[in-house]
Amino acid sequence: MDFQDSPEEATFRREVREWLQAEARPKRAGERGSFERLSEVQKVEAARAWQRRKGLRGYAGITIPERWGGLGGTAIQSVIYGQEEAAFDVPAPVYYTITLGMCIPTLIAYGRPEDIDARVKPALMGEEIWCQLFSEPAAGSDLANVQTRAERDGDGWRINGQKIWTSGAQYSSFGLLVARSDPSVPKHRGLTCFFIDMKTPGIEVRPIRQINGEAEFNEVFFTDVHVPDANLLGEVGQGWRVALTTLMHERVAGSAPSRQTGVNELIQLARSIPWRDGTAFDDLRVREHLADWYVAQQGLRYNTFRALTRLSKGEEPGPEFSIGKLVSASQAQAIAGFGLELADRFGGAPGADRDLLERFERSWLWTVASRIAGGTDEILLNIIAERVLGMPPAIGTDKDKPFREVVT
Amino acid sequence: MNFDFSDVQKELGDQVTRMLARTCPILEVRRVGETSAPHSQATWSALAEMGVLGAAIPEDLGGVGLGLLELCSIAEPIGYALAPVPFLSSVSVAMALLKYGSAAQKQVWLPRLASGQAIGCIADIERPGELDPARLETRFVAGHLTGAKPIVFDGEVADIALVLARKGADCRLFIVDLAQSGVTRAPVQAINPATSIAEIRFDRVVAEELGAEADWSAYRSIADVMAVLAAFEGLGGAEAALAQALDYAKQRKAFGRQVASYQAIKHKLAHAYVKIQLARANSYYAAWAAHTGDPSLAIAAPAALLSAVEAFSYTAQENNQVHGGISFTWEADCHFYYTRSKILATRLGGRLEWKERLVEQLNHQSELAA
Repeated sequence: MDFQDSPEEATFRREVREWLQAEARPKRAGERGSFERLSEVQKVEAARAWQRRKGLRGYAGITIPERWGGLGGTAIQSVIYGQEEAAFDVPAPVYYTITLGMCIPTLIAYGRPEDIDARVKPALMGEEIWCQLFSEPAAGSDLANVQTRAERDGDGWRINGQKIWTSGAQYSSFGLLVARSDPSVPKHRGLTCFFIDMKTPGIEVRPIRQINGEAEFNEVFFTDVHVPDANLLGEVGQGWRVALTTLMHERVAGSAPSRQTGVNELIQLARSIPWRDGTAFDDLRVREHLADWYVAQQGLRYNTFRALTRLSKGEEPGPEFSIGKLVSASQAQAIAGFGLELADRFGGAPGADRDLLERFERSWLWTVASRIAGGTDEILLNIIAERVLGMPPAIGTDKDKPFREVVT
Repeated sequence: MNFDFSDVQKELGDQVTRMLARTCPILEVRRVGETSAPHSQATWSALAEMGVLGAAIPEDLGGVGLGLLELCSIAEPIGYALAPVPFLSSVSVAMALLKYGSAAQKQVWLPRLASGQAIGCIADIERPGELDPARLETRFVAGHLTGAKPIVFDGEVADIALVLARKGADCRLFIVDLAQSGVTRAPVQAINPATSIAEIRFDRVVAEELGAEADWSAYRSIADVMAVLAAFEGLGGAEAALAQALDYAKQRKAFGRQVASYQAIKHKLAHAYVKIQLARANSYYAAWAAHTGDPSLAIAAPAALLSAVEAFSYTAQENNQVHGGISFTWEADCHFYYTRSKILATRLGGRLEWKERLVEQLNHQSELAA
């Protein structure tokens, strides 16, 4: 047992570090980076420019084969790159995680060779952002319930319906769409996937104003949108399988927890709040919570080490990966909520205090989304129970009936 | 990154698992629990025969010359089987001797502990609440020890005790050969029927200091190593309780379908799985820190123990719930897991104590960094 790189990994890490040193400025200890303060549009622009530099070196798509502009590397190399990049003041990847971590791998798995040739490189070079057009108002956890229709229309398809929670749709060149192509068969069998040019007439993107004041997510409306047959991903009726491929990549790509306040921030906050003869950090009730949260936080950290060990050995990521978001999102919500209450009356008016308390407020609001996006807590528990513990799947009363008879 | 036990270490654990499946099925745990036997002699002999009791003792002292990681890979299957053996006590005494004992003490005791001929126990606490070295009443005066230790795990069968006592104003660890007059032992009923606890009284018994500098901080570092081994036993126990709960939930039917198909049961056991995964990760890290002597052990050991206690306590408790009424019967085995989890949660001090210790260490660490 050790935490060392293999010789090949160490060589790769050195190469990455040398390249980053030439291209970017190392962050000071505890520094959050200069790009955090930018507006949303500026962040996307900065990410685009940084993506291009990574793309030119091959680091934009480390696991993507060289023939399409990637590095043709391994999953562990991808992780090593991420670890090294985290020490430098570079823009957050924003929508490129979805583009390159989820959409492009799905295109590579199911797209036509000429589309892969045409689309992968611009994505790697930061020129094209992709979005995931999966969720609908009536299809969240029950994703197979999508009602957006794909109907035959001459040499292609006509799309009508609505998607929601589409991150980055307003910046996207292409979208990965799952739609209902056959309502006469049971719900999992009547779905078909497409990739779609977001400039096609009939697509309307409307930002959703969120509880934290931002608008990263969108509603996307489709009115008689024409999609050529060539844009099919997988076969007609195979959409559920294609969508699962994307979701599997989502689990691995993960989400950046940087917006969440953790144990370190809570210690900092507790020390800043006067309490009796000392600070809130001296209070045993606070300390008991700190211990519990620290133990879970470290457990997740070392759990990631276990998953990385599998990657390092060239194995598939195991079920270890499935607990990360489940534990971290609800714990972050608890920590942020506790921090706000620790600040007493200031917790209800964080703007009146300093930067630190506002971070607790932002985290507390953001964790509402964290516990839902990318699989709700409840769906993740089902996945663990069914796929890891081998417990029977939920009894869906709608599973074997034609979709048009069960649609709600 | 190679954050895993090696194939050889895993094979060692598998061998212990296979041996325990033969020698120590749950029926053997029940037999020990239902008789006055302090432990399973057959299991202890089989462990001794395999040589695993001396896994971390050097070869020239009768051991196998491996380390803490190997002991951890043995402790997990012992915990899984709920094996009623004085493994944790005896191995911890051996590790303390190895680190702090004099050359002569090692020569006398380690070969016997390695072969299982001698059993070690630790006599530390004297009253409920956090162990406070300033309030210890057991005293060492002129080569002799006097005092009472009301709760000594495996004290009934042990040959050697490591005793925490006062010498003048200081707190020190002492070695006592229990085969002498002046030592009286009385069994104490434990909450888990297959756990052996004794009260030991020392009346001017011959004792010697463990090495030359085994003070309070030495005791704390021994407790940390013990916490890591206990965490692995807890991890094993939690895995066994989860396996039992899953097995039953898949067999039992209610309202015309498997109990395991209800979301309330699925989520309960998924939570158990998550707690076990977190405990496993924390325990692996602590095993590495203990094996290599890394200073982060002072934080990693409490984290591992707390995490394993949480996993085992929750899983054993919810295993009862999954079983329903039958879990409250003596005939069902659920209670062995339930009460063993409470032993784990208390035998090295309660969770509040370990949480406070963890935060103190975090504070210490962040002051060092500042």
